[in-house]
Amino acid sequence: MMNAIQVSELTKVYQTAKNQPPLHAVDNINFTVHAGEVFGFLGPNGAGKTTTMRMLTGLVRPTAGNASVLGLDLATAITRIKKQIGVVPEMSNLYDELSAFDNLVFAMQLYGVPRAQRQTRAEELLARFRLSEKRDAPFAKLSRGMKRALTIAAALAHRPPLIFLDEPTTGLDVMSARNLRQMIAGLRKEGVTVFLTTHYLEEAERLCDRIAIIVKGRIVALDTVENLKSAAQTKTLVELTLADANNCIETRPIEGETVEAAARAALAQTDGRRVLAINTLRPTLEDVFVKLTGLKADVMLIEKGGKGGGNAGG
Amino acid sequence: MLADDLRGMFYIGLKDLRAYYFKPPNISWGILFPFAFILAFAIRNPGDLRALVPGLLALTLLFGTSSMEAIVIVFERRIGALERLLLAPIRLPALLAGKLLGGMIFGLTITLIVLVIALVVFGAASVNWVLLALAILLSAAAFSALGAFVSVAVTEVFEAQTLANFIRFPMMFLGGVFVPVDSMPIALQVIARCLPLTYAIEALRVALNGSAWTDAAFDLLALTGFAVVLFALATRVMRRWVE
Repeated sequence: MMNAIQVSELTKVYQTAKNQPPLHAVDNINFTVHAGEVFGFLGPNGAGKTTTMRMLTGLVRPTAGNASVLGLDLATAITRIKKQIGVVPEMSNLYDELSAFDNLVFAMQLYGVPRAQRQTRAEELLARFRLSEKRDAPFAKLSRGMKRALTIAAALAHRPPLIFLDEPTTGLDVMSARNLRQMIAGLRKEGVTVFLTTHYLEEAERLCDRIAIIVKGRIVALDTVENLKSAAQTKTLVELTLADANNCIETRPIEGETVEAAARAALAQTDGRRVLAINTLRPTLEDVFVKLTGLKADVMLIEKGGKGGGNAGG
Repeated sequence: MLADDLRGMFYIGLKDLRAYYFKPPNISWGILFPFAFILAFAIRNPGDLRALVPGLLALTLLFGTSSMEAIVIVFERRIGALERLLLAPIRLPALLAGKLLGGMIFGLTITLIVLVIALVVFGAASVNWVLLALAILLSAAAFSALGAFVSVAVTEVFEAQTLANFIRFPMMFLGGVFVPVDSMPIALQVIARCLPLTYAIEALRVALNGSAWTDAAFDLLALTGFAVVLFALATRVMRRWVE
């Protein structure tokens, strides 16, 4: 499988105030993103997610290490790399004064999309992102979700094989976040490689083929979601759901050596109540995150001001 | 790569003109402001109004090119839109040149309006047209580069406006718009010789008088120097943003 991104010992050090030690925003990280996958870059605020993305997209120069993007060397071919990638920063950053259509056309002009294709492509993107009705509306007049969608559309305007998405659903309502996730899933089906930074564990779990967890500039885990969960599973748990005569429902976790033993132990604890269900419990990505980082999972939402409550859905 | 740079430069300039420059308040301000200053001076000191035309054109160029130029980059940097341009497949100088192009085209357009009015009123018999075009073009480039340098040197829009005015207003009084530089005290003459407006006015005066271009050769060279140095400084500051 071809690699879309290959990172080797990438480091970014910022000089802070005098008499202060330098800040290792990204510290000697190594990872590979396969072509066509959705790669999640997960971590709390300040972990180094955005700095890594900014290095890979040419917005920040690495202090050390090297990387190749789409087979091109980051240090020597950044302009060529830029031509083949799309980037959606955390903040929707199109031009308030230009209409949705004109913003897309400008994006294509910058990337050298032939004049004859621009109008058709812009109309196609507006339709795909459900923005056709807002074709002539200035960017400033769009809702937050629509701005986000248009920013993603602009990043896709020149049909890049690799797209970087920085916290794409932060600050969106439930429906907008759900729509955006469907769009991201759609990109994967089209074969576009997606590098996604997020602090939403559930979002990463739903969308990503593989996930890297970064904490304090270092990658502490990198694998598929399933493998990360398996590695985090140290005991077998089943969840027993019971209902009493008044249909009051209670659930409780039961531990055992094996699934069968745990289920038998669960059935021995019904106290005469109806058994509604016995389910095996697998660790969630949240459990993995907590185990690997020593942080509580909600620290990420708290750091982001609890925005984007819609992320539970969709 | 050069083709990408040129295309990017052109479309960035075009986008800036559409998004920021060609708005009614900018056009009216760009034309009325220099007229108001010259008119106030002419009422106070009635005399040869024709002698004020080079100053009027130079002020129109200065304010037309640099007013918006000085805030466009810092404004886009604040709202994150500049990042979109930094991510585009063009080199930094091309990005900055695109920004300059917007300011230059706007400044040249309103200066053309003022020039036509001035020529209708005062006549165009003795004008050295080639020199006039060159003087206007190089002045626009120098003033636009000045605006860009101001815009990259600050982090807030209000700082850009303050810094731009801090530079432009003293320049207006020392650059020979109202009083010939040669009649100023020596110390002020030395300062005046460090200002691009001085050379713009002198080159325009030579062109409007119909003199040979060689009389304005040093002024044209100085304007080119200001444009190149300010552009290089602005590019250098921008490079630090991606360090």
